Amino acid sequence: MNIFVCVKQVPDTETKIEPNQDATYVETKSVKWIMNPYDEFAVEQALLVKASCADATVTVVRVGSTQSSEALRTALAMGADQAIHVEADDNLDSYTTAKALRAAIEKSGNEPDIILTGKQAIDSDCLQVPQLLAQTMGLPSVSVVVGFEMNENTLSLKREVEGGALEVYSVSSPCLVACNKGLNTPRYASLPGIMKAKKKPMEKHTLSELGVSESDRRIVYSDFHLPPEKPPGKIFDATEEDDQEKITQDVVNLLRTEAKVI
Amino acid sequence: MANILIIGESNGDKIKNVTLEILGKLSGQNLDVAFIGAVSDAMTEELTKYGANNIHGLTAEKLENYSPEGYANSFHSFISNNNYDYVFSGSTSVGKDLIPRLAGMFDAGMASEVVSFTMDGDTFSGTRPMFAGKCLAKVQVQGPRPHFITVRPNALGLVDSPSAGQGNKSETTVESGNIRAIIKEVIKGASEKLDLTEANIIVSGGRAMENSENFKILQELADTLNATVGASRAAVDAGYAPHSMQVGQTGKTVSPSLYIACGISGAIQHLAGMRTSKVIVAINTDKDAPIFAKADYGIVGDLFKIVPIMTEEIKKIL
Repeated sequence: MNIFVCVKQVPDTETKIEPNQDATYVETKSVKWIMNPYDEFAVEQALLVKASCADATVTVVRVGSTQSSEALRTALAMGADQAIHVEADDNLDSYTTAKALRAAIEKSGNEPDIILTGKQAIDSDCLQVPQLLAQTMGLPSVSVVVGFEMNENTLSLKREVEGGALEVYSVSSPCLVACNKGLNTPRYASLPGIMKAKKKPMEKHTLSELGVSESDRRIVYSDFHLPPEKPPGKIFDATEEDDQEKITQDVVNLLRTEAKVI
Repeated sequence: MANILIIGESNGDKIKNVTLEILGKLSGQNLDVAFIGAVSDAMTEELTKYGANNIHGLTAEKLENYSPEGYANSFHSFISNNNYDYVFSGSTSVGKDLIPRLAGMFDAGMASEVVSFTMDGDTFSGTRPMFAGKCLAKVQVQGPRPHFITVRPNALGLVDSPSAGQGNKSETTVESGNIRAIIKEVIKGASEKLDLTEANIIVSGGRAMENSENFKILQELADTLNATVGASRAAVDAGYAPHSMQVGQTGKTVSPSLYIACGISGAIQHLAGMRTSKVIVAINTDKDAPIFAKADYGIVGDLFKIVPIMTEEIKKIL
């Protein structure tokens, strides 16, 4: 069984984001890179499936810059078998990324049985690549998945929708599953895992080798800017028990008369 | 003037706000709305009031529930028979899953979750948050038409006095095609309230809630305000609340008109997810908590004392 996991490398969630000098993207020079947090659930799920199958291979695929290989190294150290790195700028649009992922998967020569991804990348926040990739590869997909059971080649998947409700899907492989937090608990890479990862195969491709070019771009971004800062608000000290009722009353009144939100 | 299709959504007869927000914002363009399923007279009236010219109810087999492939095939066949420059949808559970697949079928570009936009002639230019709202960027779409755009709920707001459209209603039969991922069951969520992403008021709790039981006092405040309860990552990671309630960079990004943060210190990844709230109230014992820098109204004090008082005060005036 061939399991592919698509991962993205993104700035750590604690990173302060600043636009770059010409506002064409954000400044990435001093960023600490991590694997996109939702992709960790995808890698973990792939390893769980592999553990229950006799002959499964887990291949991680990433499209992105060469500044760091943190995401792929982490996935290999967790236990993935091999990696494919498509070298590209970090600000590709979703359409181009999906096209590159498809080409990289096809070039590997292995027909995917399951493709796993995170439900979204926390940098561009587009939530497009999983569905685009499935569509272009002619596969069914289920996104925002928090439950995964596999019986032979039939998958039962729980998709989280509004209000925390769950849609329970039945789908046969091959298919694509986009994972959400809560699906599993991603393992930490062990020291032997990290050592072994260094010897695992990593293929590299450029976009042009995969037949992807600038003309595939569908989305143009510009004018990256920080959100406007709010003026300082009104802060009340209600640490003394005697003041609490009066202050809370005042705030409720302000919400009613000044902010007009209740 | 552009020919625009808005993919509408409703809960029963009640049209989702975001559908009406988009309609109102696009006033003056040639506006059609399409739903999966029948469109009632009440819905037609509402949509006409907000500017819809043609209102389409699409019927197809096997679409009692949402289906990624079934919905995409149905809209694909409908849109292919019409001449649309743009297709808009709310960035809802369905919109987020459906629109990328549908755009892919046309090899067309899609701008996700814009919070504001302009139409200059028939050229779209939008603004969207990235990095969970830590920064914003201008977004434009190029390549084959139609261009696809999803809009964040609550971001545009409803227009006060929309100009009415023609309101011609019709039913069209479409092909839902081959459906491989099939819904077998829908399990109800913990909350019957509006989802966080669509809620007008949110009451959120952080690590200081201490346990899941204590979220009850937030629920009571939320009930008086008809609000939805959220949580910080710290509270979710500690097991006090499910992930579906998490607000922040690895949870939901929200824009309610009122956000009440209780016992939330304001980690950068939480602030990113809620900073576009119109009015923010923070309640925290630590006067130096970063959340106070983003708050319109801050109360330094014990949430377990303040929140019940607030619930009572609001009950008095509502």
